[in-house]
Amino acid sequence: MDASVRGCLAIPARGRMMAALLEVSRLQAGYGAFSVLHGISFAVQDGGITALLGANGAGKTTTLRAVCGMVKAAGSVVLAGAQIAGRSTEDIVRRGVAHVPDGRGTFLHLTTEENLRLGAYTRRDRADVAGDLERCYTYFPRLEERRAQQAGTLSGGEQQMLAIARALMLRPRLLLLDEPSFGLAPLVVQEIFRIMQRIRQEQQVGILLVEQNASLALEVADHAYLLETGRVVLGGRADEVGRNEAVRKSYLGY
Amino acid sequence: MEAFLHQVLSGLATGGIYASLALALVMIYQSTHFINFAQGEMAMFSTYLAWTMINAGMSWWLAFVLTILLSFVIGMLIERILIRPVEQAPVLTVIIVFIGLLVILNSVAGWIYTYTIKSFPSPFPAEPVFGGLMSAHELGAIGVTLVVLILLYVFFQFTPLGLAMRAVAQNPVSSRLVGIRVGWMLALGWGLAAAIGAVAGMMIAPIVYLDPTMMSGVLLYAFAAALLGGIDSPGGAVVGGFLVGVLENVMGAFVIGTELKLTVALIVIIAVLLVRPSGLFGRVIVSRV
Ligand SMILES: Nc1ncnc2c1ncn2[C@@H]1O[C@H](COP(=O)(O)OP(=O)(O)OP(=O)(O)O)[C@@H](O)[C@H]1O
Ligand SMILES: [Mg+2]
Repeated sequence: MDASVRGCLAIPARGRMMAALLEVSRLQAGYGAFSVLHGISFAVQDGGITALLGANGAGKTTTLRAVCGMVKAAGSVVLAGAQIAGRSTEDIVRRGVAHVPDGRGTFLHLTTEENLRLGAYTRRDRADVAGDLERCYTYFPRLEERRAQQAGTLSGGEQQMLAIARALMLRPRLLLLDEPSFGLAPLVVQEIFRIMQRIRQEQQVGILLVEQNASLALEVADHAYLLETGRVVLGGRADEVGRNEAVRKSYLGY
Repeated sequence: MEAFLHQVLSGLATGGIYASLALALVMIYQSTHFINFAQGEMAMFSTYLAWTMINAGMSWWLAFVLTILLSFVIGMLIERILIRPVEQAPVLTVIIVFIGLLVILNSVAGWIYTYTIKSFPSPFPAEPVFGGLMSAHELGAIGVTLVVLILLYVFFQFTPLGLAMRAVAQNPVSSRLVGIRVGWMLALGWGLAAAIGAVAGMMIAPIVYLDPTMMSGVLLYAFAAALLGGIDSPGGAVVGGFLVGVLENVMGAFVIGTELKLTVALIVIIAVLLVRPSGLFGRVIVSRV
């Protein structure tokens, strides 16, 4: 990394009046003997959106996987004060972490509504689940039209909406979103980002957003981190990161 | 005509049993992507448990219920102890474990109960019904099978746990991401498959008698049924079971003779593999590319 990047290296930005919902420090992860993350540190504020930027293969997806226990990881992952590193994915989900994975993870042969019901699988408040289902349909009216349809027959955009809605059915404290704009038409992307902001306002949820589209991500996020080959090379308030010259050149294209 | 109707009806009775066992095969196939070669032996062992209880003076239906519960637990234990460790192992290892399980159950049953054929009582009256068209046991077996199938359908279609099990069969990774304990669902699947097999064993034993190899033919029919219906389709397995049962009886009675009946299963298996490997109801994926 060059000097201009290093100059702006502000380690976990202390949010104004916001407590850190997720604090990750010295996180290392990889696949078998192949190490991908070399000790990264970042934070997500409660009720905030943190963007994770980086080139292909930088380790963004791996970071999300490591946070929710899908890959072997070392280091510290603290969610709302509790250490969750090393726990099973099922346990981490039960603590309120919802992950919209790379590739959406749709249950293709189940109906739209069954997919949504699965999102609330760990919840015991059956009455509230019914209410949340209706709320998801108000966020994404298109899903309501397709509630009895096999999820595999939904369009890419609809499946992305379904994946987000399914994650919301958990009533998560922390939402991990892996490239929600991937492969979608600009209009659909706008719709999804609009809904994301609405969700952030209406529900107390912290969002960790991985996005290729850096300008879009910096627009909605309040904090951002730049990942380069498994290391955080830049982090801070989203507007500051957006003004960084190296980020502008490589990721914003101006 | 009456002889034909008689064959069809008794074909439906054994077909129901093949259907249950085929369903058990499909359930395990969906989660492991292997045919459980030991499914028949598991059912045979359960039937011996029932026989032991009945012989000890227990009422038939109490023994029936206890055997189902016990088989369920044994099925879960088999998954936890034998299958779990080889989950990620190469194909051949898994197949060897299945075959090992088959051989072990067979020899243990032979060792405890000897290989002499025993009769297994039916809970239904001895008199034929419908003016001699079918035996009471055949009618009863159809009834029991239908109850089992309906219960399973309701469980999988309308309960959260059933939905979770279907989810795991399709996509274990996403299932973890919604908080489903995938390992337990797999064990539960084995438990259910063992329980279904137990019912099948107790229903077929009064017809084929009880000995450690009693299920080998039955399993072959069940395998044919599962393939015919589509190895990944539970509904298909059920339809396939009834079809194979009727086909076997009609062919055996009127075409090739009872001695050659088992070849029906082989012919069905080979025909399906050649003509339509996905089976009648095999998953036709409706999805966008
Ligand atoms: N399942 C896997 N097994 C082995 N290596 C993997 C696996 N998934 C990712 N990798 C490797 O880990 C590195 C980081 O991948 P990762 O998917 O985290 O990148 P990313 O930042 O999400 O990239 P992209 O923007 O392309 O999605 C890459 O070199 C990739 O080849
Ligand atoms: Mg990625």
